[in-house]
Amino acid sequence: MIKVDIRRKAFGDDEILRDIHFEMKVGETLAILGPSGIGKSTLLRLIVGIDLAFEGEINRPEKIAMVFQEPVLLPWRSVLENLTLVHPQLGTQAALSALERTGIVDKAQLFPGQLSLGQQRRLALARAFAGRPELLVMDEPYVSLDPTTAEEMLALTEALIAETAPAVILVTHSDVEANRLARRCLRLAGSPATIIREFAAGSASAFWEGRHDRA
Amino acid sequence: MDYSCTLSKTLQHPALVRASSLGLLLVFWIAAAGLTADASVLPQPWALWVPFEKAAASGALPYHLGMTLWRVICAFVPAMAIGVALGFLMGRVPAVDRWLDPWLVVFLNLPALVLIVLCYLWIGLNETAAIIAVVLNKIPNVATILREGARALDPHLGAMAQVYRMAPMARLRHVIMPQLAPFLAGAARSGIAVIWKIVLVVEFLGRSSGIGFQIHFYFQLFDVAMVLVYALSFIGVMLLVEAMFLQPVERRVRRWRTA
Repeated sequence: MIKVDIRRKAFGDDEILRDIHFEMKVGETLAILGPSGIGKSTLLRLIVGIDLAFEGEINRPEKIAMVFQEPVLLPWRSVLENLTLVHPQLGTQAALSALERTGIVDKAQLFPGQLSLGQQRRLALARAFAGRPELLVMDEPYVSLDPTTAEEMLALTEALIAETAPAVILVTHSDVEANRLARRCLRLAGSPATIIREFAAGSASAFWEGRHDRA
Repeated sequence: MDYSCTLSKTLQHPALVRASSLGLLLVFWIAAAGLTADASVLPQPWALWVPFEKAAASGALPYHLGMTLWRVICAFVPAMAIGVALGFLMGRVPAVDRWLDPWLVVFLNLPALVLIVLCYLWIGLNETAAIIAVVLNKIPNVATILREGARALDPHLGAMAQVYRMAPMARLRHVIMPQLAPFLAGAARSGIAVIWKIVLVVEFLGRSSGIGFQIHFYFQLFDVAMVLVYALSFIGVMLLVEAMFLQPVERRVRRWRTA
């Protein structure tokens, strides 16, 4: 059970977020939509607990994973070590099978810099799911990928979510991603940003709002 | 075939460039010694061999070389440890930076000689004073370099380590240290070069062993050849340390960049 109850978040006098309240059950997938610069990334940082300076309360589970806009890997450690150092409880064998699941097991001994961007993102996904998280937070994870790779990654993410069944919070600009991964959508707007509407993914409004968002 | 092209390529080989550059320096030395034509002012390079052999055989050269090297190590280790810790704190915690920055400016601009003389006056003409003087001279440099490194730490990697709850030691070893490595290498390099020069001054002023003491001794005898023998021997040792220790470590740490 995840409960987000943010009354106010500000940087100095600059108020970013106000009155954002929602609850999620484990296994539920939620998409957060909104124009860029509105404070979606700030909201995610509050939810995962990187930023603790806000008014309000957030109940989050113990095991959290996050997929960032960039892969955010340790470039000085091998692909395999990027899993085993972040998840020390994971054995080499389990780490290898996590790489196998994401299709980069043959790269285990390379450094991340030797992988393509798509492969680096697969590693970031493997790292996120390897810890069997109860909450997975994804911050525009497919941005800057070409359409084919993005589609592959989307399919892989879908499968991994189905296997691990965490609660998922997804920030995205793409209506396609929101519709495929999420059941519920929240739309942020205004300054300071707040939730202006909540709707089920796949409904016409989600589609049109997504389109509008991109324009 | 295109000989000029092959020639210019050969001339760009790093080892060859290094050797020719050193050779050029030697040529200048020989020319200058020829022009002065007075071995008591500047002896020819080959005239140093006999005094070098004598000093090495008598055991004087190895003993004083060893003493200086020992002082360099004794000063290098604490100077690096304290400088790294201070610099890192200053780079990460703005309040610490605000408080310590003026001190840093004062100590950076305090001449090495002043610190050495004050240490000898306050602590006495002993080994402790000598080492402390060198350490105090070096800490501000290390701290300044490491502060830049700590400021340049990638916030995204920090966030990643925090979300995935990496243990503090793992974070230090695998997330922070690799990012600080170039700054550590830079501080160690410039550190060791500066430290041995200051150690020589410390020995010159108030020790009865070490290269600095010997240079002081032969300076009073106006023996340029022996001054050069001692100075060049230590330069040789430092080049060895660089080639055998610093460069291999740096290569290992940089492996991921070139892979």
